[in-house]
Amino acid sequence: MELTMAGALNAALRDSMREDDSVVVYGEDVGRLGGVFRITDGLQAEMGADRCFDTPVAESGIIGTAIGMAIYGLRPVVEMQFDGFSYPAVNQVISHLAKYRNRTRGRVALPIVMRVPYGGGIGAVEHHSESPEVYYAHTAGLTVVSPGTPADAYALLRMSIAHPDPVIFLEPKRRYWLKEDLDLPVTAPPIGRAIVRRPGKTATVIAYGPMVTTAMDAAAAATESGWDLEVIDVRTLSPLDIDTLTESVTRTGRALVVHEAARFGGFGAEIAAEVTERAFGYLAAPVLRVTGWDVPYPPAKIEQHFLPTADRILDAVARLLEY
Amino acid sequence: MDVSTEAASLSSETPQDQQRIVASWQDVAAEGSLGESTSHELALTREQLRTLYRLMATSRRVDRQAINLTRQGALGVFASSLGQEAAQVGAVFALDAEDWLFPTYRDTVGTFARGVDIVESLALFQGSWHCGFDPMRYRVAPQTTPLATQSLHAVGLAMAARIKRDPIVALAFYGDGAASEGDTHEALNMASVFTAPVVFFVQNNQYAISVPIRDQMHASSIALRAAGYGMPGMRVDGNDVLSVYGAVRHAVERARAGGGPSLIEALTYRIEAHTTADDSSRYRSDDEVEAWRKRDPLERYLGFLRERGVVDDAFVSEVDAEGETIAARMRDALFGAPAGDPREMFDHVYTTMTPQLEAQRALLEQELKAEEG
Repeated sequence: MELTMAGALNAALRDSMREDDSVVVYGEDVGRLGGVFRITDGLQAEMGADRCFDTPVAESGIIGTAIGMAIYGLRPVVEMQFDGFSYPAVNQVISHLAKYRNRTRGRVALPIVMRVPYGGGIGAVEHHSESPEVYYAHTAGLTVVSPGTPADAYALLRMSIAHPDPVIFLEPKRRYWLKEDLDLPVTAPPIGRAIVRRPGKTATVIAYGPMVTTAMDAAAAATESGWDLEVIDVRTLSPLDIDTLTESVTRTGRALVVHEAARFGGFGAEIAAEVTERAFGYLAAPVLRVTGWDVPYPPAKIEQHFLPTADRILDAVARLLEY
Repeated sequence: MDVSTEAASLSSETPQDQQRIVASWQDVAAEGSLGESTSHELALTREQLRTLYRLMATSRRVDRQAINLTRQGALGVFASSLGQEAAQVGAVFALDAEDWLFPTYRDTVGTFARGVDIVESLALFQGSWHCGFDPMRYRVAPQTTPLATQSLHAVGLAMAARIKRDPIVALAFYGDGAASEGDTHEALNMASVFTAPVVFFVQNNQYAISVPIRDQMHASSIALRAAGYGMPGMRVDGNDVLSVYGAVRHAVERARAGGGPSLIEALTYRIEAHTTADDSSRYRSDDEVEAWRKRDPLERYLGFLRERGVVDDAFVSEVDAEGETIAARMRDALFGAPAGDPREMFDHVYTTMTPQLEAQRALLEQELKAEEG
């Protein structure tokens, strides 16, 4: 059956709720409306208002109450309506969500999923196109996941809900309408494992979330230049599957990382450092980064000049091959 | 409301041409007000009255011992509850066994009164671990230091209990300083919206470290805020253990019966400095402290019990001896206690240790072996 990523996420929530009574879904407008992106569509009608409900507009409150609920044995799956509105919750995320298990010597685990529609490309107004992944990936105690395909969106969300520790689940909102033929329930490699989406020999393109599609487009276009690009979908930013990345780079000898978030201190820097440290002897060129610029996310009319494109990736591949 | 403004046409007109326009609104009274103090009968047995004294008196001994142990280096720092025993003990005493407490770093004696092992809870100030006790065993959350954050956890736990139809109540402690935090607002509002069985108990000890309450808010009472959230509010003398108990018990019973949350402000005073690292002489006078010492909650309660003939000298001595036993145990357990195994810092970050943490743990292991070797 052909399903969008939004539909796959909705199915994952529904299936998890049907399977486990302790799963509750809540956030701003997720109940009656079904979420501004309709990811929670129909859940309140089927599961009841005790299991899927609207909250006041209070992001810190959403995460803070999820922590209390998890202490009492529920598995909250909460929605931050937009990336830029997840910041009021950061104190609860960093000070408690990430630390509770460690603080209590493993006695209190918090199986909570914080879903965040993130990234740009949908022509939105300010604060609706942010890429906050490094804030979370940098924080010990969090598991940070971002699917790049509808199948992975379903499988990774199911696994995140079943995960014993808090998961920051970053949904690439510009890919919500990406379609794929799926026979649910689909399975996929576990959290913490990267996937080679397209095997190749010329260079390794490392991407996650919204940039997986862009990287695949670049790889398809690259064949015209006679380049055979390998594309890796990171899937889990923390813990990072550095082995899969290293293995690929030892074969191709060239690597570039793609993300929408700004370059400076970005996730690409972490990948570049790790790959360089482990595969230094195999590298024919430095690891390059194709990223958003180091600026606040631009207004919608000019965002296409901010977002990495297939062309920008191909330019970087050309530079990789100059070494 | 009937207001029409057309900026473009107005700008070309002279003041004399201005139209008469009528707007209307409703004024909120300058401030709500607290009702007169009302009396409520308490059903407490002699044994319960004596237990309250025992908990307050041993709490005070525990607090003094923690300060001593800090001066001797066994604890890194300590936030004293001296003067706040009635507030903490009275509130905790109003809970039933299945209820939950969400304390702050100031509430060591409240967690002690709830039954948490004092040596375990002092791990926080000792620096041996962030939370030394098992929250699930005691139904007491870790003592939090980011102000007001735990009040949301209390609301969430209460919401979960309500979803599961469990008749339990969550008691959230916070202070006058934390009352200024945004999480306090979100917690009160969400608790109200979800009819969560929570009791918010604010110990207004007059200072947020050095900033007095008059510089933290310009309302006359924190309790008044309850009205803004559509919940009952109460203000109580926090140095009167029986009134504290009565007010909190009233709110706990209401919450348990499905009546939703309450906000209680307990007026009290922090006799010691903010922590052992603070110098309170820089922001308050000896006279002020002395005036509050005269309202000492323990002496006041003991006077009441003696007057009623509920306790005698033998009982007081017995409680003193119990306090000494606990203090000796604290000294024995905490003085010269080993630092703990540094490898443990990797053990509880995730349910399953990540490859990255395994590698880093191995590096630390090498460092430790080199140090030992």
